[in-house]
Amino acid sequence: MSSVIESHHDDHHHGPAKGLMRWLLTTNHKDIGTLYLWFSFAMFLIGGAMAMVIRAELFQPGMQIVEPEFYNQMLTLHGLIMVFGAVMPAFVGLANWLVPMMVGAPDMALPRLNNLSFWLLPFAFGILLSSLFMEGGAPNFGWTFYAPLSTTYAPPSVTFFIFSVHIMGASSIMGSINVIVTIMNMRAPGMDLMKMPLFVWSWLITAYLLIAVMPVLAGAVTMMLMDIHFGTSFFNAAGGGDPVLFQHIFWFFGHPEVYIMILPAFGIVSHIIETFSRKQLFGYSSMVWAMLSIAILSFVVWAHHMFTVGMPLAAELFFMWATMLIAVPTGVKVFNWVATMFKGSITYETPMLFAISFVVLFTIGGFSGLMLAIVPADFQYHDTYFVVAHFHYVLVPGSIFSIMAAVYYWIPKWTGNMYDERLGRLHFWLSFVGVNVTFFPQHWIGLAGMPRRYPDYALQFADWNMVSTAGAFLFGASQILFLFIVLKTVMGGKKATRQVWEGARGLEWLVESPAPYHTFSTPPKVN
Amino acid sequence: MFKKLNILCKSAFSALLILSLYPSKVLSDWDALNMTEGVTQVSRDVFELHMLIFYICVAIGAVVFSVMFYSLFRYTKKRNPNPSTFHESTKLELAWTVVPFLILIAMAVPASKTLTEIYDDEEGEINIQVVGYQWKWEYKYLEDDINFFSNLSTDQDEIYNLVPKGENYLLEVDEPLIIPVDTRVRFLITANDVIHSWWVPDFAIKQDAIPGFINTAWTRAEETGIYRGNCTELCGKNHGFMPVVVKVVEKDEYNDWVLAKKEEAIKLAELTEKEWSLDELTDRGEGVYQKNCVACHQMNGEGLPPIFPALAGSDIVMFDKDRNVEILMEGVQGAAMQSFANQLSEVDMAAVITYTRQAWGNAENGDGEYVVPSDIVEYKKPKI
Repeated sequence: MSSVIESHHDDHHHGPAKGLMRWLLTTNHKDIGTLYLWFSFAMFLIGGAMAMVIRAELFQPGMQIVEPEFYNQMLTLHGLIMVFGAVMPAFVGLANWLVPMMVGAPDMALPRLNNLSFWLLPFAFGILLSSLFMEGGAPNFGWTFYAPLSTTYAPPSVTFFIFSVHIMGASSIMGSINVIVTIMNMRAPGMDLMKMPLFVWSWLITAYLLIAVMPVLAGAVTMMLMDIHFGTSFFNAAGGGDPVLFQHIFWFFGHPEVYIMILPAFGIVSHIIETFSRKQLFGYSSMVWAMLSIAILSFVVWAHHMFTVGMPLAAELFFMWATMLIAVPTGVKVFNWVATMFKGSITYETPMLFAISFVVLFTIGGFSGLMLAIVPADFQYHDTYFVVAHFHYVLVPGSIFSIMAAVYYWIPKWTGNMYDERLGRLHFWLSFVGVNVTFFPQHWIGLAGMPRRYPDYALQFADWNMVSTAGAFLFGASQILFLFIVLKTVMGGKKATRQVWEGARGLEWLVESPAPYHTFSTPPKVN
Repeated sequence: MFKKLNILCKSAFSALLILSLYPSKVLSDWDALNMTEGVTQVSRDVFELHMLIFYICVAIGAVVFSVMFYSLFRYTKKRNPNPSTFHESTKLELAWTVVPFLILIAMAVPASKTLTEIYDDEEGEINIQVVGYQWKWEYKYLEDDINFFSNLSTDQDEIYNLVPKGENYLLEVDEPLIIPVDTRVRFLITANDVIHSWWVPDFAIKQDAIPGFINTAWTRAEETGIYRGNCTELCGKNHGFMPVVVKVVEKDEYNDWVLAKKEEAIKLAELTEKEWSLDELTDRGEGVYQKNCVACHQMNGEGLPPIFPALAGSDIVMFDKDRNVEILMEGVQGAAMQSFANQLSEVDMAAVITYTRQAWGNAENGDGEYVVPSDIVEYKKPKI
């Protein structure tokens, strides 16, 4: 190890290249992390603007501002962009910035692959967004793209969608390989697996999930491509195929995907609660085991998205029980977080506010998830706004709040400047109110019978749709404030110390703020 | 300072005002914000299951969140400057793994029981095939050889806010499904094009309608009345505009309806024999067009290219009568255009083709030929 370090001695202190080329050619994990985070934020705004179109149309019954065809394009692109463009790249960005520093490595294990996996993304999303301007419009079959609506009945742009998904998948797989190789091979001496920070653990598990399921998604879209252009009938009943097969394949990818979008959040929130409670995390090893069991269970619950496709009773029962089982490890995590706060010494900086509301609102999303697991009740909930409320509760105040918490928590380390605490708290409260006003009433309109993916609705749903739209615009507008806060912090502000937070633990807090371009060229020793 | 206070008071007051006025309307029908209890034994079981799980979740939430908020208030840095150092407890961790597991079993038992009831797949006294189309439902009464389509009957002007919306906006159809009360009815659910899903909340039935597959569901409605539901699987442009309406009637009324339906079929057959004039056909065709075609081809015949081509100025509609009939009868392979052979009677088929060949200047610019019901009858005869 030491010989390797010495042979690279000359490179230790070189800084970043200048200009645009720095970003195009960079192999530095911090630069690539920054690229991922800005890309994700741009996608968050684009996907968010589409959500505003959706909510504006739903402000009142009747068709007002868009036509149903365009509405369907918006809801499809909103879903795809938020899942693949906003949430996943944000977590990869955080992994890039944090995993090497947390395990005491100088960089990611495969820096050039790292560059490639980022630079594929703008092309993937460029292709996807360009479909908006094609004849027949953008994909309009929902982010779940069920066949045959997405094959025989799809607009011509579906082929571009398929290639775009392939490119995203390639990017994710490369990113995951990089994370796994880094964590497995480049940990500082003395850092056993069971001493790794939880964010690293959560990403190790996430990366394995990604490698397991992204090829399945690629398989699904390839079969679509064959059905559309090469005369096969994988999903066409008239040709001997099976439209339900598509759903099985899609959700075999889709359910682990759900946990791909929440496991890193578990890691982040654990660090933040520990720091601001000034108390060691309760039940570290049970946290790790809980994440592992959630990941393993995620492979045997996929058909709970498909309770109404007409599966045999035995299959319905199996998937119901397996799904309910996930509540156990998820519960363990929530109890551990509460126990960490119990008898701590708590302060309420912005990251902690986001983390606390993560715990509360994610738990509410977990409860509605448990309700959805109950098959007979799911016959009433399925494909209504109750489902929309459920997955937005786990994704927005779940995944996205955790990402915002992470940005506030680590931005002093990234930029060397403290963010404006007063503005940060304002951003939190606006987002918190906005998210709840938007999504809580959707539980009610769903139970009362409003189906999802409807551009127009019956009159009894009018009042709460109006409230929901008002909340959505509040939430949307408050993200402009977030952009402002981040830019302000990048430009300047109170200088951050190495430690930044009184209760923070971990290797990343041992390096200067801002973290130098190259860190841990000599691995630290972990006790 | 005072200015700030003033603004604060004003906004608090207006918030109170809104709260007191606005939700009084909403709160009065709080039940309307919950799942319906429905009108069958199954739907009531489902409702009870829903409430049971809901209360269990509320109870767990109350316990967890009260410990959490107690900690958040009691153990702030100010009140507890020296944090404790405990960070694990095998007993505690075991407890909060085992207890939730037991609660889950308590939920799974009634859920599995209700599900087994729902899955009882015996034949019904009446068996109805439900077929989903883009964007309407077809109902076929298998014993009585009755079948008809059920289309949204809400006026386009209501949807586009040109006239006030009616009470059952988007939840009304031209012809509802009719079933008798206290009778076991089985539904055989499938689709013709893409996947749809047939949902009647009051029966707690939601089954996907999948092309090439037949799913079953059953009900025994205990109260007469009109029950409204929706399509719940994204099926394209007009997914939001193909409601399900079921009218549950007394058994006598049902029998009368079946007889009337059969007479109607005989009358329709007579209509096919009749000599039709161009004007009569065009008039009738306009109605058929509005019901079946406007969703894609639009009122002005311009369509929504490239997926839904224009009929106005189309070469086929203006010059190629035979191909025109063929498309309506067979559909277009690999495109959104479906076969209407089983959806429209011979009369309606001839009328709608004639209408499209007359409207939008097609007759003036084209050959002006029109189609009569006997042409369709001729087309349907087996070719040797």
